[in-house]
Amino acid sequence: MTSEKIRVLVAKPGLDGHDRGAKVVASALRDRGMEVIYTGLHQTPESIVEAAIQEDVDAVGLSILSGAHMTLFPKIAELLRSRGAENVVLTGGGIIPKEDVESLRTLGFARLFGPGSTTDEIAEYIESEVGRRRAAANH
Amino acid sequence: MPSESFKKSNEVYNKKASAAKSREDAREFTTISGDPLDICYTPQNSPDLNGGGYDDKLGFPGEYPYTRGIHPNLYRGKLWTMRQFAGFGTAKDTNERYHFLLEHGQTGLSVAFDFPTLMGYDSDHARSRGEVGRCGVAISSLADMETLFSGIPLDKVSVSMTINGPAAIVWSFFIAAAEKQGVHPSKLRGTIQNDILKEFQAQHAWLVPIDHALRIVIDTMEFGAKEVQQWNTISISGYHIREAGSTAAQELAFTLANGFEYIERGIARGMNVDEFAPRLSFFWDVHLDFFEEIAKFRAARRIWAKTLKEKYGAKDPRSLLVRTHAQTAGVSLTAQQPENNIVRVAYQALAAVLGGTQSLHTNSMDETLALPTEKSVKIALRTQQVLAYETEVAHVVDPLGGSYFIEAMTDRLEAAANVYFKRIAERGGMVNATKEGWVQREIHRSSTAYQKAVEDGRKTIVGINRFVEEDEKIEIPVLKIDPKVDEISSDNLRKLRERRDAARVKKALDGVRAAAKNGENLMPRFVEAARSYATLGEIADVLRGEFGAPVEPAF
Amino acid sequence: MDSLVERFRSGDRRALARLITRAENRSPGFAETLDAIYGSTGRGFRIGVTGPPGAGKSTIVDGLAAAFRAAGDSVAVLAIDPTSPFTGGALLGDRIRMRCTEDDSNIFVRSMATRGSLGGLARATVDAADLLDAFGYKQIMIETVGVGQAEHDVMTASDVVLVILYPGGGDSVQAMKAGLMEIADIFVVNKSDHPAADRLVDDIEQMLELRARRDAWRPPVVQCVATERRGIAELVLRIENYKSAREAAGDLAARRRERREAQVRRAIEEELALLLFEKSGFQDYITRELDRRRPPYAIAAEVVNLIKNSLKHAI
Ligand SMILES: Nc1nc2c(ncn2[C@@H]2O[C@H](COP(=O)(O)OP(=O)(O)O)[C@@H](O)[C@H]2O)c(=O)[nH]1
Ligand SMILES: [Mg+2]
Repeated sequence: MTSEKIRVLVAKPGLDGHDRGAKVVASALRDRGMEVIYTGLHQTPESIVEAAIQEDVDAVGLSILSGAHMTLFPKIAELLRSRGAENVVLTGGGIIPKEDVESLRTLGFARLFGPGSTTDEIAEYIESEVGRRRAAANH
Repeated sequence: MPSESFKKSNEVYNKKASAAKSREDAREFTTISGDPLDICYTPQNSPDLNGGGYDDKLGFPGEYPYTRGIHPNLYRGKLWTMRQFAGFGTAKDTNERYHFLLEHGQTGLSVAFDFPTLMGYDSDHARSRGEVGRCGVAISSLADMETLFSGIPLDKVSVSMTINGPAAIVWSFFIAAAEKQGVHPSKLRGTIQNDILKEFQAQHAWLVPIDHALRIVIDTMEFGAKEVQQWNTISISGYHIREAGSTAAQELAFTLANGFEYIERGIARGMNVDEFAPRLSFFWDVHLDFFEEIAKFRAARRIWAKTLKEKYGAKDPRSLLVRTHAQTAGVSLTAQQPENNIVRVAYQALAAVLGGTQSLHTNSMDETLALPTEKSVKIALRTQQVLAYETEVAHVVDPLGGSYFIEAMTDRLEAAANVYFKRIAERGGMVNATKEGWVQREIHRSSTAYQKAVEDGRKTIVGINRFVEEDEKIEIPVLKIDPKVDEISSDNLRKLRERRDAARVKKALDGVRAAAKNGENLMPRFVEAARSYATLGEIADVLRGEFGAPVEPAF
Repeated sequence: MDSLVERFRSGDRRALARLITRAENRSPGFAETLDAIYGSTGRGFRIGVTGPPGAGKSTIVDGLAAAFRAAGDSVAVLAIDPTSPFTGGALLGDRIRMRCTEDDSNIFVRSMATRGSLGGLARATVDAADLLDAFGYKQIMIETVGVGQAEHDVMTASDVVLVILYPGGGDSVQAMKAGLMEIADIFVVNKSDHPAADRLVDDIEQMLELRARRDAWRPPVVQCVATERRGIAELVLRIENYKSAREAAGDLAARRRERREAQVRRAIEEELALLLFEKSGFQDYITRELDRRRPPYAIAAEVVNLIKNSLKHAI
């Protein structure tokens, strides 16, 4: 009777308060059978990472529209690494220019979801990536 | 009463029309809000405007209940104000953009602030890192405000400031900056958004818990009525509610209900409704559903006028008017094939004008990618100018009035709003419904439903779920914010703190604290603090210290 | 795995979190781990928090957490939310309320989904509380799902049960009817900024008059405005009173014993269910018999008889 649910933290770093996207994604991931922890608005990188650790999540999804992603995203990746949680799948979405997407790729955000992405794409990415990492961890 | 022959031909028509329904695809024939639509509207399914119906429901433009518009001759007297929302980087950067816009024929200014400013943090606060000047201009003190309007005479240009949580403080910076230009407050024209209820419902740029925040809003209403009589003290905003995913009916209902809340609190403060209601204006979204949007503007005017007159006893006709700023729907724009956004914006602008708006912001095509460039802002402005000067649509007031469809839609939205007003009352009013998170959950429900409809192909977005271009290369240049704004702004602040009169600052901040505690109107204290060059963060910290932090309701 | 327990013992919160996950997933070896840390449990105090949805449970928990922290105690929270029976997913939103965790790593909050468990808690809630207890958290709060019905699991899972009610609407009265009266050690009338709060307090007091408890404790009614943290200090005091009264009467230990009994029973049930329906051929047997249109009770009786017989041989 072991069941390994995928646990995802959906977080809004920074000061922008537009939570439409985060909430739509959170609901959609729940509907895909995941356990979704929603942190609420205006989170600091430190509080997001602490929540990710305490909740022992498989993935963290960040939503940001304020343009501060180049400051906040790398900080979150770095804090996760320093806590030994580099295995957590990091992804996010929002208004992120292409060059920034490129730079963030090398900083632990293998994939980001821009405007117009479907919730299915996001869910499928998380499922496959978590699956891959779990399999790798068991070998 | 329709004649027998009408009934008969109507029946025949209905049969034919429904037999011929398209089997083409998954499209759903509803409004963008998901309401079903008839194939064709006739006198059967629209309101009766004969007899007293016309006077009761429509009236003439400029006449009660103002369904057809708030001015008798609308755009013949004065075209709408073309007001592009702008702000980025430092006050100096934005000041340059303002000069550019005014030179190209823009007729009013509209300030976009960055997130630290919107949340009441100075540029050098730890939480501001990476956010300074990103989505708007960074304003931390009177000094920044002086720079922002340098070379712009504040008695000549009307200025709209999109800020809410710390609106009263930033307005005080503005009043003090005008003073420095030698302009008396009574000469100032403009708007602060200052609609804190919708912040708790939708956008969450807040400062203190809702009850305290509302008190400050009423302080500004009271102060404005006495000292800054030409100023719009609240711009009651549906925009953010809609952008957060609501339907048109929810935008209409929640926004008006917020407005009624301000009215009631103003009256409870001991003011006469006609003292402050004329200074409340509105800010609506203009979304893609062309007719629904036009009907929304019309329904809003009718409901507001009737309620102000009948329920709140307003006598001054100006209290009854829904003076409107409108902005095209940011959420409707796509990052894919961004040039298509120019077309979307043009249709939306047309709807706003046919709906009778007083002022309009047209979005720039590249807004889903980054801050707009000068080029794209110019196209957005030109879109309005083409509309105003080439299409000839602005010569006739409410040209769609009397259309079966538009009138039916207007009535339907009004009825839907009334249902919401009841439900809100059952929840103990708008403040309570907001504290409980009910309003937010209603909005979320709609946004999820719409997202599903798009993902199922029942609703179409060109470039997203139809007519998609694989491997599309986005060619439009995007505006880059100088990464040094953080530093420059922090540096300015440090210098300011060194050169200002520390004793005067302290005294002013103590004054703010005293007023926060004893309940007197905070505005004169804010203005004095502004004059002393106390910073936004310092003043906001006093309020946070006294009132605590806002509470986010349950999801 | 052992290294996980070592890291847990050395105070690594990530190891703690991972062990909770293993208990939730019933991962191989989780039972041994829990037994290994069992000796370190019993130092933390467990506070159950229940009540109808929207009563303010999470907000109260946040207020209590801040108060406990101010007094120097470490704090852990288990917040349970329902799993959707249709999708198996869950939206765990209680963290939104826990603002006091933001810059304090001495507060540990863990959201748990019920995963089909019906008594208001998740199957692994007691296990998770044991882990938190053994890790050293002094105050351990358990927030139930709060679907309005009786959530009796919380009674055995905790040392004291707070029932949160609120004025206005019928939810609170409904909840009392559904059996929340019986499990409350302390009543909280939250949202006392509402005009009908006093009436609700009266209603509760009246109902208390009519009900007997098996111990001598009379549940106090505390009024709070959780969003403003009003009444929290009094609530803390009431919790302490309760604790010392129970300790003096010697029945805190009895309550804890009941918890362990329930835990043992539950573990047996789980193992047996696993054995019977997943590891043995009984499931296939049942299906086969049903297909042959054999009536359900006859099949059940036969299965039980088979088990009885094999037990006779074993014992
Ligand atoms: N007016 C008022 N609202 C409260 C109070 N406590 C909590 N709330 C609000 O009630 C809603 C539900 O609170 P929450 O703690 O999530 O309830 P739970 O579902 O029982 O955990 C939230 O929107 C809170 O802000 C209170 O004392 N007064
Ligand atoms: Mg809760």
